[in-house]
Amino acid sequence: MILLQTIDLSKQFGDVHACDRVNFTVNKGEFLSLVGSNGAGKTSLVNLISGHLAPDSGRILFEGTDVTFARIHERIRAGIARSFQIVNLFDALTVFDNVALSIFSRERKIVKIAALADLDRDVRREVLDVLSQFDLAAKSAVPAGGLAQGERKLLDVALAYALRPKLLFLDEPTSGVSTRDKTQIMDIVSSVVRAGAVTAVIIEHDMDVVFRYSDRIVMMHEGKFLADGTPEEIRANKNVANILLGAPLSA
Amino acid sequence: MTADVSRVSYRPKLLLFAAATLVLVLLALLPLYIDLYQIQLLTYGLIAAIAALGFNLLLGYTGLLSFGHSAFFGIGAYSVAFLLRDAGISLMEFYILIGLPIVALVSALLGYICVRHTRIFFGILTLALSQVVWTLAYKFFWLTGGSDGLRVARPNLLAGMFTFTGGGAFQRFISAYYYYVLAVFAICVVVMWVIVHSPFGKALQAIRDNETRAAFLGLRIRRFRWVAFLISGTMTGLAGILWVPLNGLTTPEVLYWTFSGEIVFMTLLGGFRNFTGPIVGGLLFTYLKTYAVATTEYWQLLLGVVLVLLVMLLPTGIVGALSAATAKLRPKEKSA
Repeated sequence: MILLQTIDLSKQFGDVHACDRVNFTVNKGEFLSLVGSNGAGKTSLVNLISGHLAPDSGRILFEGTDVTFARIHERIRAGIARSFQIVNLFDALTVFDNVALSIFSRERKIVKIAALADLDRDVRREVLDVLSQFDLAAKSAVPAGGLAQGERKLLDVALAYALRPKLLFLDEPTSGVSTRDKTQIMDIVSSVVRAGAVTAVIIEHDMDVVFRYSDRIVMMHEGKFLADGTPEEIRANKNVANILLGAPLSA
Repeated sequence: MTADVSRVSYRPKLLLFAAATLVLVLLALLPLYIDLYQIQLLTYGLIAAIAALGFNLLLGYTGLLSFGHSAFFGIGAYSVAFLLRDAGISLMEFYILIGLPIVALVSALLGYICVRHTRIFFGILTLALSQVVWTLAYKFFWLTGGSDGLRVARPNLLAGMFTFTGGGAFQRFISAYYYYVLAVFAICVVVMWVIVHSPFGKALQAIRDNETRAAFLGLRIRRFRWVAFLISGTMTGLAGILWVPLNGLTTPEVLYWTFSGEIVFMTLLGGFRNFTGPIVGGLLFTYLKTYAVATTEYWQLLLGVVLVLLVMLLPTGIVGALSAATAKLRPKEKSA
């Protein structure tokens, strides 16, 4: 069942086609990886779908509804959430408060002005559950700015996950961390996402990570889709190998 | 898994409540030991603290520096003068009940325009709009009395239970009004404390720290900023409402941009990144300015030097610096 579909989605920056008539589908329940070299258009595509950028042309359908020009909060209400390539947290707030904000927002309690945030037992219970799932419970009272890079990456994903989205975009969740931390982060993220039955699209450069965790892999190159298939199909695709090795494309 | 929700600790809140009650009791007892002039000065200080508390919801918690809060203070003051002159109202509770919606309306209108921008653009816009209000007050002599301003007589308090005529009226008014302002101050502190610790208050801090991420949590940034502006302006306006019966006169000076600067000054003095900073700043600034004015004709120069030293040596303000010093002295907790 198709959850997300883009139709001829395009975005141009000057002479550069970040996305060139992209037709992208995400099926419900899959763990999909979006790969490609730097500048291929992966993050631009996620920015277009999440509402961070407006497309020049094309359409975005989410569960059959046109969300091309929906505002960010409307897309989040519809069930689209994302994390960021460069960690995007509320550094002065505690880890607990970071996640609590997601839950208050999702539950539409964020506008409450005459109630103390930390006395909401339902939200408190859920925050601690989420933090436990992401192995961050011991850090709940620490300001987010005081976390190590790997923990910050996990918290970044936890914030998006706590919105309970139907579709979760993870933009390079393992960038800037050690190889050992990468595996740990991806083990946690993939287990949480799969346990929560969330459809996930992950942008990733590390092909070991991609092949290990993905159900399906889509490769972008210069704003277009170059390949789309299972990990085995992508592994056997010569064009993908050439791009990854910097060799020219075959005819 | 089942999370342990019993970990909500009420102890810090109870300690805070006890400390706040103690301070309130001390403030209530203080008039027994100080002279009338000091009581009057302290009343001015509490009013300044209310103004700074309201202002800091925007600066400290939302990250928006307004240079136009004199407009709300002044509109609060002028609304009292109009109610007395044009409607013959002389009851303080009516000044508050009618004056607050007026200030809230103006705050809502100006906020609607200003929160479309941030950083320097927001500051300049608030400055420009407050100067428009100042110009109107200055030029519309027939309405506002121009530079002469409008006189405000001592109002009756608590539905007329306290009236101030005859011999010793001034002394009785100052003493009674101190407790009136102290009660309103206490209410303002509680209201603001709840606001900044509510989900809404947390959202403001999130917007302040990372607007992009806040938007991607589904927060409607401009709406939150607008509500913060509305509350902030209204509380500063309440300070203006309380100020004018004490001062006995309102002039366009309280609408001028330099008065906005004073509100910024008092907030920086106490510290804008903590809750009590603006309260301490408001009280200290009142004494500082009073003694600077009494000491030298170059009092603006003296205040300017204090501001420069403050920014250079205590960028987190007096309360911020004290908090940091206390944190250093506290024994470190064992890591988990």
